[in-house]
Amino acid sequence: MAKEKLKKIEDLRRLREKLIEQRAAKKSWVIISSGTCGLARGSGKVIQAFKDVVKKYNLEDKINLRITGCHGFCQAEPNVVISPEGIFYQRIKPEDAEEIVVETVLKRKIIPRLLYVDPQSGERIVYKKDIPFYKKQRRLLLENNLMIDPKNINDYLAIGGYEALSKVFAGMSSEEVIEEIKKSGLRGRGGAGFPTGKKWEACRRAKGDIKYVICNADEGDPGAYMDRSLLEGNPHSILEGMLIGAYAIGASEGFIYVRDEYPLAVENVTIAINQAKEYGLLGKNILGSGFNFEIKINRGAGAFVCGEETALMASIEGRKGEPRQRPPFPAQKGLWGKPTNINNVETWANVPLIISKGADWYSRIGTDKSKGTKIFSLVGKINNTGLVEIPIGMTLREIIYEIGGGIPDNKKFKAVQTGGPSGGCIPKELLDLPVDYETLTKAGSIMGSGGMIVMDEDTCMVDVAKYFLNFLREESCGKCLSCREGIQRMYEIVTDISEGKGKEGDIELLEKLANVVKDASMCGLGQTGANPVLSTIRYFRDEYEAHIKYKRCPAAVCKEIIQYSIDEEKCTGCMACIKACPQGAITGEKKKPHKIDQSKCIKCGVCSEICKFDAIMVE
Amino acid sequence: MQEKLKVDRVIDRYEGDKANLISILQDVQREYNWLPQDVLTYIAQKLNLPLIDVFEVATFYKSFSLKPRGRHLITVCLGTACHVRGGQRVLEEIERRINVKPGETSEDKQFTLETVNCLGCCAIGPIVVIDGEYYGQMNTRKVASLLEKYSKKDKD
Repeated sequence: MAKEKLKKIEDLRRLREKLIEQRAAKKSWVIISSGTCGLARGSGKVIQAFKDVVKKYNLEDKINLRITGCHGFCQAEPNVVISPEGIFYQRIKPEDAEEIVVETVLKRKIIPRLLYVDPQSGERIVYKKDIPFYKKQRRLLLENNLMIDPKNINDYLAIGGYEALSKVFAGMSSEEVIEEIKKSGLRGRGGAGFPTGKKWEACRRAKGDIKYVICNADEGDPGAYMDRSLLEGNPHSILEGMLIGAYAIGASEGFIYVRDEYPLAVENVTIAINQAKEYGLLGKNILGSGFNFEIKINRGAGAFVCGEETALMASIEGRKGEPRQRPPFPAQKGLWGKPTNINNVETWANVPLIISKGADWYSRIGTDKSKGTKIFSLVGKINNTGLVEIPIGMTLREIIYEIGGGIPDNKKFKAVQTGGPSGGCIPKELLDLPVDYETLTKAGSIMGSGGMIVMDEDTCMVDVAKYFLNFLREESCGKCLSCREGIQRMYEIVTDISEGKGKEGDIELLEKLANVVKDASMCGLGQTGANPVLSTIRYFRDEYEAHIKYKRCPAAVCKEIIQYSIDEEKCTGCMACIKACPQGAITGEKKKPHKIDQSKCIKCGVCSEICKFDAIMVE
Repeated sequence: MQEKLKVDRVIDRYEGDKANLISILQDVQREYNWLPQDVLTYIAQKLNLPLIDVFEVATFYKSFSLKPRGRHLITVCLGTACHVRGGQRVLEEIERRINVKPGETSEDKQFTLETVNCLGCCAIGPIVVIDGEYYGQMNTRKVASLLEKYSKKDKD
């Protein structure tokens, strides 16, 4: 459908009214979650099944299917929400579609089989709002994912999209916009937490007729995917945020630097940009304001360091992503030497909200120094995996136990890793810490972009340190010696420790090296790269010592110093492990306990995965 | 000549702008599945860039391959969430079965093995992606049959 250009604010208002009216005519909505996680779990086939059913019963006028980005509750993918009541069905299969339409949509009858069961109470929960995972959240950004088909700009307009932009054009000067953002207390959501308004102001004041804004969507922290969810599920909120920022700063060109590993995000943002252009919400003289703005997409090429702003800009310029010394900061000398403002995806997405509802409203959420909500990806050894949006300042305990539903299989909580490779591991003694920028830094970690990886008693902290060092060693661009060689050396030492070759004094050497890497590296990657090692030493020194002194891995993870054996009492002699062992290392007869030949065992763990009787022991 | 046309089309799409070198290499790699040396030389000429600049970019970024890749691309996610759930063990089992290390291609050119830092599908980790198809909740036990599926496809 061709879109008519919106020439003034009034045109947008009228279009919105029309869209709201159209949407009100349809009685029931079936909202199908189909972000990357949903697709990976088969939402594509579910969508097709619903389309077929609607056609079969000729329900095109009565039911509206809405295919949305992710609903945040990854554990329950693919899921559907049936509005207006908000009935929540989880783990839908294509064959469920007909029953859902016939029973629930047409007759408003609940199908108990498809409901979410609370693991703690065993109760089946009908409505989305009652599910503990959602109940304690404050989903200012994420909830919109349910209201929007990201491939259809009209959905965004119908829920008030681009209203903040209209408000800005209707009567706010650049200075007033910046003042509003400053007053809101919004801080960068990408990691360091720099006040957004101040950043904008610096760029606004910088001399230069050409200025740029950039959206940093190079979400590289492993275990963090909130930016992907926003890009996939609500791309226009980011475009609108960038438009407002560009207006405030005086930029007429913007870039979104997005990871190529996120194909759906690239697709949806591209569609969003094109649709915004068709309406004239991007381009020349937007809504008759005289303001011009264009956005281009740049795809990353698999380099973690490009999340660092100066490296990111080098990459947009078509060069290798090597960071450079700051100052000059991007606000003075950024992309192609021009004043540039870079914010992260989630930061941009907060902007329209602040402008629409006001800084006063926004600054009432959160803590003294950290305002608003923050999205975390709660993953790892946790019952309710998903994206969690909470007012900043909630405690880790509330997030992990009340929203996350605790640790699976009755295992014990050991630590939560925040902030990705720049962050650290926080132990159970600190679970009551409120989550905000300052508190997490004090605890030796960082807020980072919002990854929260929960670890249980089966996670080895030396192995975790080794994992991050290996990650950073590969991702270090190599420019600073301290980072390139220091991280490499730390990796070698930790590897030795994990293989039972650690020596007395290794921990102290690690601490020394860590501080050098921290002090002598130029960019954030090196400066924070030692955090995973330092925080694990700080809170889990006993695990390092067990590896060094007793050549033991308490969590039974480090391959070189563990041994697999068979518990003769539990083994039923079913021969399953004998057949599965790739080395032929297990011998024994039917119905008699089997044995592992240690000289042949490569510790691949296949036997322990296949054994139904829990008879494989690892120590 | 036909080959050059393919590259020309990509370069034209980006209006021959040097700043789009990374995007150009990405799209060209999509055509060839890797970046052959003569193609890189040709791109350098067309963009009027020293070859070393093109090489620098092609070797800096992890997603570019300067060696031919196999018929199937296996990507093992090694994000933190996959790691704590045994992603490393899954990778090792695949390495053992097809006898290559990450970044390498099996001798019969059937599989190329790569790793990725995070795909953001942590709920269903450990994850293995083969030719864009996602396989969640992987473990070492499932590796053999998964690889078998693709070997079989090739025979059919």
